[in-house]
Amino acid sequence: MLARRIIPCLDVRDGRVVKGVQFESIRDIGDPVDQARYYDAEGADEIVFLDITASHEKRGLMREVAERTSEEVFVPFAVGGGLADIADIQAILAAGADKVSLNTAAVRNPGLVTQASERFGAQAVLVAIDARRALGSWEVLVEGGRTRAGLDAEEWARRVVELGAGEILLTSMDRDGTEDGYDIELTAAVAAAVTIPVIASGGAGNPDHMVDVLTRGGADAALAASIFHDRRYSIREVKAHLAEHGVPVRC
Amino acid sequence: MSVTILDYGMGNLRSVQKAFAHFGIEAGITSDPAETAAAARLVVPGVGAFGQAMARLRETGLDRAIRAAVEGGAHFLGICLGMQLLFERSEEHGTHQGLGLLQGEVKRLPATVKVPEVGWNRVSIRPGDPLMEGIEEGEFFYFDQSYYCAPSDPDDLLSETEYGLRYASAVRKGRVRAVQFHPEKSQRAGLRLLENFARLA
Repeated sequence: MLARRIIPCLDVRDGRVVKGVQFESIRDIGDPVDQARYYDAEGADEIVFLDITASHEKRGLMREVAERTSEEVFVPFAVGGGLADIADIQAILAAGADKVSLNTAAVRNPGLVTQASERFGAQAVLVAIDARRALGSWEVLVEGGRTRAGLDAEEWARRVVELGAGEILLTSMDRDGTEDGYDIELTAAVAAAVTIPVIASGGAGNPDHMVDVLTRGGADAALAASIFHDRRYSIREVKAHLAEHGVPVRC
Repeated sequence: MSVTILDYGMGNLRSVQKAFAHFGIEAGITSDPAETAAAARLVVPGVGAFGQAMARLRETGLDRAIRAAVEGGAHFLGICLGMQLLFERSEEHGTHQGLGLLQGEVKRLPATVKVPEVGWNRVSIRPGDPLMEGIEEGEFFYFDQSYYCAPSDPDDLLSETEYGLRYASAVRKGRVRAVQFHPEKSQRAGLRLLENFARLA
């Protein structure tokens, strides 16, 4: 029986882990490799790095992070953010990342998903979908939630499977940062629409939210950031809670 | 205890190399057929498409080099795609011939489960093989694949895993061993397995 996965997400800017809802209040919380090692020891099933580096010149820093992580961390890790073409993908995978996460680039250039999947295998290609409630459904947002893509989230999810994605990282933009719980309806709708695993993201505030999204929401994995970074809950604690509620986890 | 990792252009070898380095084994990476044929311990990792992988092995002569290494008594470890390539054929995107070092075929996981199988699953171990020494029955390993191996000979089974069906997650025939999961991404248990391989006499 496959265990449900708990995945901490680390926002990385200029090679450092940062935290902050608004860019103005951003705060340095440490070295990405130290953080990844900490979560590995804590029992994280996987780690996601989201590169929010603004300047193009400093993009290389993320590759160094991937190289160092692959030397010291022996659980899978994905890198997303700012990967625009096959050369970017190739470079970060060669640096040691197991998967890439494509978001805006997948919407702008769907062929990139297919190209990456054919070249590196579906298991290496995660498509990130940022979704927001619209009339009776959910719409896709790109560019960090700033731009409407003009796509329906469920339809886009089905499409990325056809394109060759191996997993979907689904973020509710309505819930992101609220800590009010994942959007269960959105997650359930997308999980039912596709044949590949879905990682739920956006809104985790406590372990019950994770139980919810992994049961009622039908998600295969739950991603969270602040509840882990603030050390409010440990991954170990969350997993114990999940196990008590009958969710299969790797302890 | 020298370990040679085969580079045939299919995926990330760095993490396998670093995993060996973690317990002090310097594993060399090669794409040279002569070095491959002469290896004492040969690791064949790999992710990606079966057909493409076999085509590369044939073009480069590495398919013959792998056979030569195995016939010469090398310890062999296949990982993920490197396990699947050992079999006679695969049904991934048409039918492709494999190396045929093990009898059986590679099939797609059933449509009753989400494919690819991504994440940590339990491995039910047939006891007695030094590769699995110190690894608990039912230990979790990290899997990430859409196809599984169906060996014809039940004697080749080293471990089994449940996902839509019960399949061979590790096999062994003589000095040829292979695992469907990724030991290099399976934390402590995975590192232990690789260390066991490096210490095979």
